[in-house]
Amino acid sequence: MIRAENAILDHISLHITRGERVAYLGRSGAGKTTALKVINGLVAPSSGEVLVDGTSIAQHALPQLRRRIGYVMQQPALFPHRTVFDNIATVPRLLAWPEERIRAECERLLDQLELPAATFGARFPRMLSGGQQQRVAIARALLASPEILLCDEPFSALDPLIRAELQHLLTAAARNTTLVFVTHDVREALRIAERVILFDDGRVVVDTPASAFLQHEHPLVRRFVDA
Amino acid sequence: MSDLLRLTGQHLLIVAIAVAIAIAAGVPLGTFAHRRRRAGGIAMRITDIVQTIPSLAMFGFLIPLPFIGGIGARPAVVALVLYSLLPIVRSTFVGLDRIDPHVREAATAMGMTDRQLLWNVELPLATPAIVAGIRIAAVTAIGVATIAAAVGGGGLGTLIFRGVAMVDTRLILSGALPAAVLAIGADLLLTQVEHYFARRRGEA
Repeated sequence: MIRAENAILDHISLHITRGERVAYLGRSGAGKTTALKVINGLVAPSSGEVLVDGTSIAQHALPQLRRRIGYVMQQPALFPHRTVFDNIATVPRLLAWPEERIRAECERLLDQLELPAATFGARFPRMLSGGQQQRVAIARALLASPEILLCDEPFSALDPLIRAELQHLLTAAARNTTLVFVTHDVREALRIAERVILFDDGRVVVDTPASAFLQHEHPLVRRFVDA
Repeated sequence: MSDLLRLTGQHLLIVAIAVAIAIAAGVPLGTFAHRRRRAGGIAMRITDIVQTIPSLAMFGFLIPLPFIGGIGARPAVVALVLYSLLPIVRSTFVGLDRIDPHVREAATAMGMTDRQLLWNVELPLATPAIVAGIRIAAVTAIGVATIAAAVGGGGLGTLIFRGVAMVDTRLILSGALPAAVLAIGADLLLTQVEHYFARRRGEA
């Protein structure tokens, strides 16, 4: 359940089920990013509340909550002073995992994302291409097996071929995770999600299974589909 | 010759103590200034004003003050701390301010506490800038320390003032040249340290 009211979001009430893959679709300024950021507390609702796992998120416990929630943005935002491996190890280290486990999980995940750990683990972010950096950002968000993965247009800065490849790799790597994926690209939303929530002007205007989205008669859906 | 060594050692010691105190005070102050813009802005204005006081006047102000002032090495260290503060506070502030806000957002979203964000991300990323500030502070302090001899602070300035009084060019140079060499040496050394930290973040 997400309820938030502020300048950008107004009277939003959403329920996302564990394991569900949801796309927040909408034009820029529609409120979808804000609706995403209330889930991990990066944006605090001025009224209403956010429940994760049935519990209202509390300001003082946010760091602990966030370690269970992966977050990927449009910018990879890797730590420039840390190697690929150390970037990916961030959350497990906050959770005090043993180093051998971190290393093993990191190698497995990087292989799955087709970025071999042996070649890339010791490199610094600056030495990677944009697509490679975004793979590292995905690995960094997923290594601690978060219950929820939040993605804010993670692929919109990448070229179409790499984008399609990463969409595929992300959905495979996040198979057992609740996924909330913000995008303004209908095809991307339908490729990744099983449920599409369309935002407009700070409100939810359509909330539908992905399979029914293309047939939906809402005028904004028609404009998105025909565009 | 033993006089020269002793005074050089004294000179370096005064500078080292002063810069160490300035680092211990300046980095937290710069961090505070970055977190609390308004209060920090005032603190930075004050260090700004301190920096503009001519050095001989600064020693003059310190002489009548109890505890921190007077004659000798103590007011010399106090004056050098005051001069070293500004470059360190300012470079800490700038170093923190230059960090990509998305990197900060990513760190927060991953569940770092404020303290972890500061120690694991912000200060390491600001380190090259902070070292640059320390370099400027050290070079300035080595120069200003020569004037400390005027208030009995010792150091290489002692030879310069003595030489001026005796109209002895060789004596003046025996203080002035080592002081210049110290300043240049500190500059070169700390530039290397700066590059080392920049390389470590994968920039070079």
